[in-house]
Amino acid sequence: MSGAKKKPIKIIIGKPGLDGHDVGAKVVARAMMDAGFEVIYTGLRKSPGEIAQLALDEDADVIGLSSLAGSHIPFCKKLKSLLDQYGLKEKLWLIGGCIPDQDHAELLDIGVDGVFAGGTRLDDIVDFINANVNEKKEAS
Amino acid sequence: MDTASPEDNRVFNESGIEVKPLYGPEDVEASGGIEMLGEPGQYPFTRGIHKEMYRKRPWTMRQYAGFGNPVDTNQRFKYLIENGQTGLNVAFDLATQTGLDSDDVMAEGEVGRVGMAVDSLRDFEIAFDGIDLEKITVALTINGSAAILIAMYLAMAEKRGYDLKKLRGTAQNDILKEFIGRGTWVFPVEPSVKLVGDTIEYCAEHAPKYSPVSVCGYHIRESGCNPAEEMAYAFCIAKAYADDVISRGLKVDEFANRLSYNLNIFGNIFEQVAKFRAGRGLWAKIIKEDYGAEDPKSMWLRMIAGGGGGGLTYEQAEVNIMRGAYYALISALSGAQTMALCSYDEAYTIPTEYSARISLRTMQLLQEEMGLCETVDPLAGSYYIETMTNQMRARMEEIMAEVDAEGGIVEMVKDGRIQAKVSSQAYDMTRNIESGEFPKVGVNCYRVDKEDEHKVEFHSYSEADTRLQVDSLRKVRSERDDAVVKSCLDQLTQDAKDGKNAMPAIMAAVKAYATVGEMTNAMIEVYGHYEEPIRF
Repeated sequence: MSGAKKKPIKIIIGKPGLDGHDVGAKVVARAMMDAGFEVIYTGLRKSPGEIAQLALDEDADVIGLSSLAGSHIPFCKKLKSLLDQYGLKEKLWLIGGCIPDQDHAELLDIGVDGVFAGGTRLDDIVDFINANVNEKKEAS
Repeated sequence: MDTASPEDNRVFNESGIEVKPLYGPEDVEASGGIEMLGEPGQYPFTRGIHKEMYRKRPWTMRQYAGFGNPVDTNQRFKYLIENGQTGLNVAFDLATQTGLDSDDVMAEGEVGRVGMAVDSLRDFEIAFDGIDLEKITVALTINGSAAILIAMYLAMAEKRGYDLKKLRGTAQNDILKEFIGRGTWVFPVEPSVKLVGDTIEYCAEHAPKYSPVSVCGYHIRESGCNPAEEMAYAFCIAKAYADDVISRGLKVDEFANRLSYNLNIFGNIFEQVAKFRAGRGLWAKIIKEDYGAEDPKSMWLRMIAGGGGGGLTYEQAEVNIMRGAYYALISALSGAQTMALCSYDEAYTIPTEYSARISLRTMQLLQEEMGLCETVDPLAGSYYIETMTNQMRARMEEIMAEVDAEGGIVEMVKDGRIQAKVSSQAYDMTRNIESGEFPKVGVNCYRVDKEDEHKVEFHSYSEADTRLQVDSLRKVRSERDDAVVKSCLDQLTQDAKDGKNAMPAIMAAVKAYATVGEMTNAMIEVYGHYEEPIRF
């Protein structure tokens, strides 16, 4: 063993709240695996507490949420305070799904690092993660 | 639309059947002839379940609607009815769909958001106030908590003086597809199937004109399967419910005429029309030959066939209006009993009044201006359509045999095999669209810059309506007789424990104004929660 092998980027793909649309989350999870990331998909109906706890326990580099039923802002506000509380500010935090344009600025204000609404190409998400994951850690 | 094979220029439709440049009588013959064609209104019903189809009764127009609290939804219902809609299709919020009360901590931010919030019978009384339930039939898009909401509908109608023996209406109540896609499950797979059986058995006796289940290929297609699989999986699911009810001693002709289907439309026009014609013949054959039905009505594949959201695009959303028009045309050419269209803005938001009206007008155009109601099964006799109908039917039979060989649909749902298969296909399709191999106008060809995109108007969500709903729930709780509620809920738990039909106890609890969350918890005590197999 050379020992020089880089640890893969670890990403949690979470389904927040009661939203049952999981096609996109699973498709993104597959794309992340194909990109060489280690992926943990949470399954449906996770509370902010469950997602924050998983990010802590798994020491993930990236938290990706998939929301298609409109409750992304109240959910992200709750998750934000938990991430702060758990000392997880350095995690790269992404959200995708049905996210109206007018909500993007508010989500970025809350602390989300990237918003990937409908029409996003899978490789754009991969590229964004590769470009930003280390920078976020160093900035924190 | 279709994919070309690079080696030899052959073209295949999404179901994997080769599409030829020209069809003739020899193709019809080679694919099985016209043995399964028959006449409209006669077995095997390939050409339609009624002799005169739309001449006698045009399709019902039933746009999916509901948001906020029951007062908001009642207003939207009345708006749609004033605009010529002939049936209602009720959307419930996710708290209601997953068996939670509006003041549950998991319901925060979700109340009234994607549909109407319902906590108790009171909400149904408000939502349907002033609507004639004989003239306007109501479909409830509800699954995980369907037994409870069916009971609410029946109790509300009974309270208003309707005779349950004559009451028509539909509930979606197809829990197996919720485990595959859509995700509003509550209980584990087996008790969930048992509850569907309870509703079928209960309605067969008490509300024999009510359709307690609408088996959905629709959402499995949305989740990634192809059109032939959509129909085949729906049949496997319907058989699972039928088998449950038959194991209780019911005869097929006592309930099969009230089973209906909810199916999807997007993609190749001819493949879609062939899918519906093939499916009608195959379902009739299954119910007659495998289940021994004698009543022709038991053999009918009655369906809502609607334009699927899966075909619509986020990019150039207004082009979805045209997509919807073609989907509605397909539905009319396919002999659907009921039609609904996803509105053009659904990749962004729940439909506004304006976009819902455009969908309604799209269907009305076909009925009023385009001659779609005049002639039954107008594409029959086309060499292409008849060949493809035969080939699609054969493909569906193969898929059903594959499911049987793997242990049946219930087992495949339980361990997540079917979920994994469908989501893997969704991934392949996403990649094919991104690569341009599968053309999608506005997405991978004929794109415009973001600034040239037509802006979509958003349906606004009202926090105030949520608070009103929670206040109204608390008022119901304070006004009812808690001792009666408690004894009804205890009875429900006991009946669940004893393996009895849960519907009588649910009906009693509903009438005592027990809430969705309370009744769900009374059953969770016995059934437990579903644990999702994480496979994709």
